[in-house]
Amino acid sequence: MTVESTAPRKPRRSSGTKRTSARRTPQQQSSEPQLVQLLTPEGERVEHPEYEIDLTPEELRGLYRDMVLTRRFDAEATSLQRQGELGLWASLLGQEAAQIGSGRALHDDDYVFPTYREHGVAWVRGVDPTNLLGMFRGVNHGGWDPGTNNFHLYTIVIGSQTLHAVGYAMGVAKDGADSAVIAYFGDGASSQGDVAESFTFAAVYNAPVVFFCQNNQWAISEPTEKQMRVPLYQRAQGYGFPGVRVDGNDVLACLAVTRSALERARRGEGPMLVEAFTYRMGAHTTSDDPTKYRADEETESWRAKDPILRLRRLLEREGHADEAYFTGLEEESEALGKRVREAVRAMPDPDRLAIFDHVYADGSALVDEERAQFAAYQASFADSADSAEGGK
Amino acid sequence: MAVQKLPLAKAINESLRKALETDPKVLIMGEDVGKLGGVFRVTDGLQKDFGEGRVIDTPLAESGIVGTAIGLALRGYRPVVEIQFDGFVFPAYDQIVTQLAKMHARALGKIKMPVVIRIPYGGGIGAVEHHSESPEALFAHVAGLKIVSPSTSSDAYWMMQQAILSDDPVIFFEPKRRYWDKSEVDPEAIPGPLHKARVALSGSDLTLAAYGPMVKVCLEAAAAAAEEGKSLEVLDLRSISPIDFDTVQTSVEKTGRLVVVHEAPVFYGSGAEIAARITERCFYQLEAPVLRVGGFHAPYPPARLEDEYLPGLDRVLDAVDRSLAY
Ligand SMILES: Cc1ncc(C[n+]2csc(CCOP(=O)(O)OP(=O)(O)O)c2C)c(N)n1
Repeated sequence: MTVESTAPRKPRRSSGTKRTSARRTPQQQSSEPQLVQLLTPEGERVEHPEYEIDLTPEELRGLYRDMVLTRRFDAEATSLQRQGELGLWASLLGQEAAQIGSGRALHDDDYVFPTYREHGVAWVRGVDPTNLLGMFRGVNHGGWDPGTNNFHLYTIVIGSQTLHAVGYAMGVAKDGADSAVIAYFGDGASSQGDVAESFTFAAVYNAPVVFFCQNNQWAISEPTEKQMRVPLYQRAQGYGFPGVRVDGNDVLACLAVTRSALERARRGEGPMLVEAFTYRMGAHTTSDDPTKYRADEETESWRAKDPILRLRRLLEREGHADEAYFTGLEEESEALGKRVREAVRAMPDPDRLAIFDHVYADGSALVDEERAQFAAYQASFADSADSAEGGK
Repeated sequence: MAVQKLPLAKAINESLRKALETDPKVLIMGEDVGKLGGVFRVTDGLQKDFGEGRVIDTPLAESGIVGTAIGLALRGYRPVVEIQFDGFVFPAYDQIVTQLAKMHARALGKIKMPVVIRIPYGGGIGAVEHHSESPEALFAHVAGLKIVSPSTSSDAYWMMQQAILSDDPVIFFEPKRRYWDKSEVDPEAIPGPLHKARVALSGSDLTLAAYGPMVKVCLEAAAAAAEEGKSLEVLDLRSISPIDFDTVQTSVEKTGRLVVVHEAPVFYGSGAEIAARITERCFYQLEAPVLRVGGFHAPYPPARLEDEYLPGLDRVLDAVDRSLAY
């Protein structure tokens, strides 16, 4: 096998679970860079010498459901933006396998540091999807308590969160805890100094962190050639930890590789870089126009590798799901869409004095003074107006 | 290009085009500035016409963008770099503050730093976090940097030319919510100096001083005040560092009252500097303390609250009334 990977061999797990399908080996030949793949675009299981996975039919259906519901949520958010209910939306369309696969590899006590696009990871962490929409609607800058689901707030400044993840992981190690930390970032973000510094710190302090880069081929209009000249996962080697490229549209491979990387971190063997090779099928955000820089043929060729379709083919091929299952899931999707739509439309604007909330944990005389002045100013409208228009 | 009405963004585009045509040492650098033409299309079409060697898509690394621009300037180039949004300049802050600003002084004047840093700034477009900030005071505090902000298409066009010609580093704050406002540009005009303030409207009762996105608000406030019989003078400072205090002083000596308006937080903001200097210079002419209208000492709020946060017509007029009541 010539799969390029600087990853260590995973210790064999003794598995009592019955394997769910026959595997083909070796990997299918393709013109793409070599990557870890366990499920072909045609939905066939393949072997990989270093990464194994045994999933029950129920677990496979679970991954499928996660991806379908995440995509439905994402589509709903996109249309809510079009309807003016959200100011902006960053769609994950095409990246469901990378997010669900890596997300389902996490333990409850692991900690996640996302970018602004990790809606699928949020889903598997149990963050209510409607919570993700507040910042895109413009009613808050976060909207959930990171401690509840060990899922940090979205970070818009690219790359910053990788350092936070490493610091958190350093803390985990100091505490002697056996949990791990995962930091998500994009191919474009990999150019930021913060990301390079996070690699350095992680290596030097042997931090239990997995760097999970979703290489979706684009950073707004800039293709990966404008960010790097060697495959991204190889960068890890220069810092002294392993890196591996995984088929980011293959949920099984993303799960297996991330699980292995997290286990390694938990065993105290330090950081690892996982590059999920995937594709951003939609626009960068709803403000972006990819026709300015991207060829339709490219998008079409990736559409053929759709992560959801691929798993569906496996489920059908192996007879793990029948028509009733798919219909039921379709209904569940519709219900989710409806719930999200209604929740967003009902989401109130914050009180105007909320501007002054939480500026300091200890409070601030200056903030109090400005709040009082602003409140008095607002009240002056309510007094002078016939209606209560100016107040709130 | 003939005299024409242009959106402010297009005026900058034309100005960059002219600079690229005139001087082969001028380079454009930044994220998405090539094929996409920048997220606001300010560099639209420039890569197509001048090639990837002159209009350079950079890796996503602001420290890298400014740091390499410094090196290119040392080598005789005149880089004009784009920071995609105000809130993303901070990875480059170290390079700007510790290196770019001080290079000329450290070399005892032997080297020049003709670097322009373009930053779309300010709020009012309903954006998410880090896309609406006004960090000008953070830069103005640093000696060695020139900081300017145009409010009209003509100024955008001409001030960009002057910024590129300057041998000092210039931070060019572009009022992003005015990008689509159209006004006249005369490419044959003879522009005033980059640092000079402009009297945008003459008046006699009170002076409003503003720059960038707030000039329009102040002109609207002056129009509203005029209906109530008050005559306001509106100054467009144009340059935030240095500040043309002479023009402000002349105006205040006439009106006796000054209100400074900006989007940035008032606390430690440019209004504080103007208030202090003008109080020194015009202590005996002032009829009222210099008042400031601006943002609060709070993070820029989520989009649904930005109309409350940003100084609008009413808040400017409120300050005018308070000043006139002294
Ligand atoms: C420091 C910083 N610079 C610029 C931006 C503007 N910006 C937002 S997303 C983005 C592209 C990021 O691409 P990538 O890291 O590949 O992630 P993707 O959005 O493709 O998931 C840019 C340039 C930013 N958010 N932060």
